[in-house]
Amino acid sequence: MSDQETHHYDVVVIGAGGAGLRAAIESLTTGARTALVCKSLLGKAHTVMAEGGVAAAMGNVWPEDNWKVHFRDTMRGGKMLNNWRMAQLHAQEAPERVYELEEWGALFDRTPDGRILQRDFGGHRFARLAHVGDRTGLELIRTLQQRAVGLGIDVFMECKIVRLLVDRDGATNGAVGFWRESGRFVTFAAKAIVLATGGVGKTWQFTSNSWESTGDGHALALWAGADLIDMECVQFHPTGMVWPPSARGLLVTEGVRGDGGVLKNIDGERFMFNYISPYFAAETADTIAEADKWYTNKADYRRPPELLPRDEVARAINTEVKSGRGSPHGGVFLDIASRRPAEEIRRRLPSMYHQFKQLADVDITTDAMEVGPTCHYIMGGVRVEADTAATTVPGLFAAGEVAGGMHGANRLGGNSLSDLLVFGRRAGLAAAQYALSHPAVAPTESAVVSVTEHALSFFAHDSGENPYALHQDLQETMQSLVGIIRVESELVEAREKLAELAERASKLSVEGNRSFNPGWHLALDLESMLACAFCTTLGAIERRESRGGHTRDDYPTPDPAFETINMVTRLSGGEVAVTHLPRPAMPAELAELFEESK
Amino acid sequence: MPEEREIVMKLWRGDAGGGAFETYKLPAQEGEVVLDVVHRIQATKAPDLAVRWNCKAGKCGSCSAEINGRPRLMCMTRMSSLPIGEITVSPMRGFPIMRDLVTDVSYNFEVAKQIPSFTPAPKPPGGYRMSQVDIDRGQEFHKCIECFLCQNVCHVIRDHEDNKRVYAGPRFFVRLAELEMHPLDTLDRRAYISEAMGIGLCNITKCCTEVCPEDIHITDNAIIPLKERVVDARYDPVAWLGRKLLGRPAPLSAVQAARYTGAASSAARSPSARAVPASPETASSTGLPAD
Repeated sequence: MSDQETHHYDVVVIGAGGAGLRAAIESLTTGARTALVCKSLLGKAHTVMAEGGVAAAMGNVWPEDNWKVHFRDTMRGGKMLNNWRMAQLHAQEAPERVYELEEWGALFDRTPDGRILQRDFGGHRFARLAHVGDRTGLELIRTLQQRAVGLGIDVFMECKIVRLLVDRDGATNGAVGFWRESGRFVTFAAKAIVLATGGVGKTWQFTSNSWESTGDGHALALWAGADLIDMECVQFHPTGMVWPPSARGLLVTEGVRGDGGVLKNIDGERFMFNYISPYFAAETADTIAEADKWYTNKADYRRPPELLPRDEVARAINTEVKSGRGSPHGGVFLDIASRRPAEEIRRRLPSMYHQFKQLADVDITTDAMEVGPTCHYIMGGVRVEADTAATTVPGLFAAGEVAGGMHGANRLGGNSLSDLLVFGRRAGLAAAQYALSHPAVAPTESAVVSVTEHALSFFAHDSGENPYALHQDLQETMQSLVGIIRVESELVEAREKLAELAERASKLSVEGNRSFNPGWHLALDLESMLACAFCTTLGAIERRESRGGHTRDDYPTPDPAFETINMVTRLSGGEVAVTHLPRPAMPAELAELFEESK
Repeated sequence: MPEEREIVMKLWRGDAGGGAFETYKLPAQEGEVVLDVVHRIQATKAPDLAVRWNCKAGKCGSCSAEINGRPRLMCMTRMSSLPIGEITVSPMRGFPIMRDLVTDVSYNFEVAKQIPSFTPAPKPPGGYRMSQVDIDRGQEFHKCIECFLCQNVCHVIRDHEDNKRVYAGPRFFVRLAELEMHPLDTLDRRAYISEAMGIGLCNITKCCTEVCPEDIHITDNAIIPLKERVVDARYDPVAWLGRKLLGRPAPLSAVQAARYTGAASSAARSPSARAVPASPETASSTGLPAD
C-alpha cells in the first residue's frame, strides 16, 4: 500500500468509553493484538458524564435482591421489547463486573459494614446502584483507563474513523480514519472490529450528550451492511436542566429522586401521583404517606411514583408543562432541599450542587431545581447476538449504547454502566477469539482511496453552506418533529426534511486546512447523524404503537402485535429500508417470572 | 433580562509556527459560559477555530484554557462572572501549541504510562471490605477530571521544559497519593516517587491547588503527605523495621528505583514508551535499559 499510514491489528476497538475500554482490556488479555481508537483524548468519553451508578444485584443493602429480580425489572422497564438473553446475561454478570472494578482500584461508596453501598433508582425494585457520590461514570472510566494503560494497550487518540472496510464476502477487514490534529489519513487493517461508539444525542437540540455522540458507530455499521434495530426507541431523560439557555439539556441525575427528591408543579403539587399507569400500579405507592415510608422500609411499602421508569416520568413532565402547570422557564420543580438536610445533599450529590451553583446560581440545598426532559440515550442500535455481541457482518462486533436490544423500548437508570461492562467484556472476548481463528486481512488500496477522496471532497465544494448551520437545522427538525411525542404527519414531514438536509450535507463546504479543523470534522459527523436520524424516523413511522421511549399520539397504547417484532433498518440498494423481524420467545422458566404481575 | 450588550472576545489563533490574538464581536446572550461564546464564534465567524471540548458540564476536563490570563475550564466560566470589557482566551501556556486553543498534552499521557499500577492484596473469601472513612481521601483524589490545569500552572515545568523529563507534576502526585493511600494496594512506590517522579522539585507554592476546578487539596492532601512518606522511607529505620515485621513489602531497592528512573527519563517523551511493570518482581523480565 502506498505512503498511507497503515497499522495491522487482530482487533481494533472504536470508541474509548466504558464499553470500548472494557472490550480492549478483554481482547488484549485474551491474546489478540489490540488497538483502541477514539475521537477525543483518552478518558474524556461520554461515560464520564454518567452520574447515578451502575446497577448490579449484589444484594449488599437488600439481601432479597438477585439477578432474577434485576432481570424482571429490566424487561418490564423496557416494556418487554428487550432481547431477553441480553437482559439475562446482563443481570447475571453485572455483580462480577462491578467487583472486578474494585480489584482494579475503583473506590465505591461503602455500607457501614464495609461493602459496596447501593442506591435507589427508578424502576429498580431494590437499592441496586453501586455508586461514587454522583460521579460514578468518572470512576468507571478512570479505573478502566488506568487498567488499559497499565496493560500497555496501543491507544490512537483524537482519531476519527470515517468508514469501515469490507471484503468481497461482506466481512469487515479494516477501517479508515484521520488524525484530528494533522488531518492525515490512517488505515487500520484488522481481522475484527468492535464498535463502542456510544449514542446519537447530538442529533437533537436539547440533549445531555457530549459532542462525540453523533452516532458514528451506528452509521459505520449501517454502511458496512449491518442491521440496526428499534432505532425509534430513544430515551428522553425526565430531568435535564432547563435554565439558563446555555445549560439547557444538561443532565440532573436520577439519584436526586433516588435520594428522596420529588417533582412538583407550579401549584406545589406532587403531580406524579396522577400519572401511575395500570402497568405499574401494583408496585407504586398511591399516597404521599406510603411513598415517603418506602425509602426506609421497602418490604412493607411501595415505591414513590417519582421513581417510575424514565419514559413514564418524562411524559408526565411533558404533560404538566403543556397544560400550563410548569415552572417559569418551562420545566417543573425538582425539590430535594425541603426533603433532606443540606449536609447530606452536598455529600450525596456533590456535582449536582456544583453544577447548579456555578451554572444557574441555584443552591439546591435551599431551592428547588427547574428540570425538563432531555434527549439522553438510544435503546435501539446495531443488531447483535446476545452471547458474543457479533453483528450481522462477519468480524464486526458492537457493545454499549451503539448495540441494540439490551434495553428494549426504555432503559432503566444504572443499566447503562453495567451494560458497558458486561457486553464490553463479551465483545472483546468474542472479537479476540474470532481474530485469532482467522487469517490475516489486507484491505485493498482502492477501498481506502475511495474513503479518503470522499472525506476530502468537502474542501472542494463551493456551496458556501456552513456545517454548523446545517447541524442546527437537523437538531431543530428532530426536536420538533421526532421528539418525545410523535405523530405520523410530523414524522413524514421529518422524513422529507431529512432528505433535503442530506442533499445539502453532501455539498457542505469547509473553510481552512486539514489541521485540527472542527468544521471539517462536523461535516463528516453530520453524515453519521443524518443516517441515524433517518433510521429513527423510519422506525418511528413504522412502529404504530406507543411503547417505552417511543410515544405516538396517534397510537397511544402498546400493541401486542408490535411487542413480538424488532424494527430492522438496513441498507438496500443504497437506500435505508425498514422490515419487521420476529423476536425470539423467552423460555418458559424466564417467562414465569412475569406471570404474577400480568 | 439584561439589556443588549456586546461581547468583545480576543482569541489566540495560530499554530506551532506562531500566531496572534484575533478580536471577535458578538451580542451577549443570557446565562452563557465562555465556551458558548467560543462556539458561537466558531459557528458564525471562524468555522475552522480549533477548540477541545466534550461534556460542557465540568466533568470531562477537555476545555482548559487561560481566560483573561487565568487557567480555567471554559465550560464552567460564566460570562457574567468576568469583568465588563474585553475578554481574552488563550491556550494553556504550559503545553506546546497544536492549533488555536488546542495544545499538545501528550506529556501527561506519557507520564501516566510510567505509574506502577494498582496492585491489590489477594481477595479474601467474601470479598474486600473497606470502611468509608478509609477511602474518603482516595475519593477526593478520584474526583480529578484530568483537565491538566495543575500541570499547566506548575512552575517547575511551566517555565522549565527540561524538567518534564524528571518530574511527574501535580496531577500525577495526586494519582500516586491515591495509590499509596488505597487501603488495598500493596506496592511501595516511595523510592520511585522521590527519584523517578521528582517530587523533591515541588516547593509547595500551591498554584496547582488554586486552579483545581474540582477543589482537590492537591498540595495539602497529596503532595505534602507524599513528601513526608518519601522522607520516612529513606531516613526512618524504625519505620523500616516496622514494615518488615508487619510483612509489608520493602520499598523498591536502589537498583529497581534506578531502573524506573531510567525508564521514566528516557521514555517520557517517546511515543513508543510502554508502561513500567506493575511490580518489582516483574521488573527484571522486561528488558528495559537499566541506565
